[in-house]
Amino acid sequence: MHGSKIPIWFFIGVLLVTYGLLITGYGIYELATGRLADVALSQAHAPVWWGATLLALGIFYMAKFRPGKAKK
Amino acid sequence: MHGIVPAANASLPAFLLFSAEPLAHLRLLDIAIIAIYFGMVIWIGIYLKGQANTSEEFFMAGREMTAWIAGLSFVSANLGSLELMGWAGSAYQYGILATHWYWIGAIPAMVFLGLVMMPFYYVCKTHSVPGYLGLRYGRGASSVAAISFAIEMILMSGVNMFAMAVVMKVVLGWDISFSIIVSSVAVALYVGLGGLRSAIFNEVLQFVLIWGGALLVPILGMIQAGGVTGLKKQIMHNMQTMTGGVAGDSYFHMWRDLGSFSANPMGVHWSGIVFGLGFVISFGYWTTDFLVVQRVLAAHNLRAARMAPIIASFFKMATPFIVILPGLLGLVLLQNGDGSRRELVGEDVVAACSMTSSGAVADVAGCQAAMSKTSLSAAAQSKVLAGGPDAELHSYNQALPLMMVRYLGPGLLGLGITALIAGFMSGMAGNVSAFSTVWTYDIYKSLINKKGSDSHYVLVGRLSILIGVAVSIGAAYLVMHAHGIMDYVQALFSIFVAPLLASILWGMFWTRATKQAGFIGLLSGIVFSASLFMWVKLTPSALASVALSPDAKPMAENVYRALWAFLFSSIVILVISLVTKARPIAELDGLVYGATKLPTEEPVPWYRSEYTWALLVVVIFAGLNILFW
Repeated sequence: MHGSKIPIWFFIGVLLVTYGLLITGYGIYELATGRLADVALSQAHAPVWWGATLLALGIFYMAKFRPGKAKK
Repeated sequence: MHGIVPAANASLPAFLLFSAEPLAHLRLLDIAIIAIYFGMVIWIGIYLKGQANTSEEFFMAGREMTAWIAGLSFVSANLGSLELMGWAGSAYQYGILATHWYWIGAIPAMVFLGLVMMPFYYVCKTHSVPGYLGLRYGRGASSVAAISFAIEMILMSGVNMFAMAVVMKVVLGWDISFSIIVSSVAVALYVGLGGLRSAIFNEVLQFVLIWGGALLVPILGMIQAGGVTGLKKQIMHNMQTMTGGVAGDSYFHMWRDLGSFSANPMGVHWSGIVFGLGFVISFGYWTTDFLVVQRVLAAHNLRAARMAPIIASFFKMATPFIVILPGLLGLVLLQNGDGSRRELVGEDVVAACSMTSSGAVADVAGCQAAMSKTSLSAAAQSKVLAGGPDAELHSYNQALPLMMVRYLGPGLLGLGITALIAGFMSGMAGNVSAFSTVWTYDIYKSLINKKGSDSHYVLVGRLSILIGVAVSIGAAYLVMHAHGIMDYVQALFSIFVAPLLASILWGMFWTRATKQAGFIGLLSGIVFSASLFMWVKLTPSALASVALSPDAKPMAENVYRALWAFLFSSIVILVISLVTKARPIAELDGLVYGATKLPTEEPVPWYRSEYTWALLVVVIFAGLNILFW
């Protein structure tokens, strides 16, 4: 029980989904245009897979801890 | 956040005020990510305001937190930006030895807190550690602890605020006042509105963000370095010029070279690591520092309160992957613009070689003298003295931000910077929420106004948050104009922690410890510890006496001073207890082991028992120390 109607994990999920969408979106833009950022290992396309990881984690938290479903 | 910041890096980047070009430039995407984070933390504070109307809700989060929430908040309140950057810098300087502050310097104490001490903190229903001291030893000891806590927390908050603002200036070019005001206002808002519950919720959020923003750096770094084998090989190659006589592979051994002060890069002995760090400093911080203990006190039942530090210990053991590993990777991967290896130096060298706005070194002779004591090549030194782009030196503490800038492009860099800001804000929120509780209960209610209503104390609590933040801002500006103060403020924790640990441990485990002994032991221990600190400060050669070796280096000072202060306080408590009258055993119920009937907990399956998980922690802890022997 967290003592609140919306668990903190839901808030975290919302934030991770937001960040995941933004970062993955940028990563896809890099892939599509070929304009990579001037950083080391840019060819590893970290924004795509790291953003996707954040997005997946965020969706998991939002689904599992959505208000009304989370255990008390 | 205060706590165990590496002593060698304690004088954080006051001198970096003079640096020229920022290391990185944020794009719109990065700014959006940072702005969204600020919006979220304030939204959480606003959302939780309705659940922070009684003193139990405001100061103790209603004591409704689950073990996971309390545990993650417990470790997050400690995982501040100064710690992130400071220990990455220490890993750059000293290698894997820095990991001791995460393993032996935390894990045994966290397990001990969960299994042994939590029942007393929880059963006596104290609101704070000074509150426990008040119940055990009376108002004298409680007041000493409360006042020292309050001062320490607010000043440390200010020092951390300033240090963070300077890092933001160096890394991003942000105005110092902008960084200070924006982060302070956000913390004041969400903690002032939602109390401890808001602080805890945001700490869990910040913990996830710290990992999400910082973990990518060691992942990419290890890919580029060629894994563990490649990293070791390159460090050994680089160490041929850097170690000053210490074997290069000493950077990869945690215990092997601790038999002698001169055999390891840190200049410490295993006795200092085990007894000074592993016992006194570690137990003193993790079991008595109210900032972290408050989070565990907010758990919804005793089992959750015991489990929380054990859950936290798993994450604490994993933290070196995002803190120590980037420091080690920086040793081989950081590069100058021309592709040559970028070597980091101490704060004093950066300060001596600070540049004017035109990019020239301000004090050439001073810079030359400072650089001559480093392992910088002649070519590198000439480049610094010649000035110009890319000539600027960077300190050990910048290892982590430099690694972030190296690997993180738009979006990811914003996330990395958010991780640093989140780390700072979780620490600051921890400081002000703990300050508010100690001020309201142990100073205001105890000494000034005992008869206020519950809503009055909540109001006092909210106001103290605002005042605490304002005083912290004042402390930040004070440090900006008097850089030398930083060392003293950051020493406060290490001065208080050992005597506090002695008084709590004796009080909790020895029914014979008396009121007078607790008070005098605590006060005299603080004076003794402060005296040792000043002795070494004023006479650096005194370190050899404190650490009992002429080969001891500055990092050894803290651990040995803590040990002697603990022993001093213990002797005082023991002697005075034996000549003064003890309290009747019946009065010590709930306060002392042996005089307390602990509540029986409902039996649970073995896989839910805190003892099972504590055993797993101990096994992993032992295994890691053997693996990195």
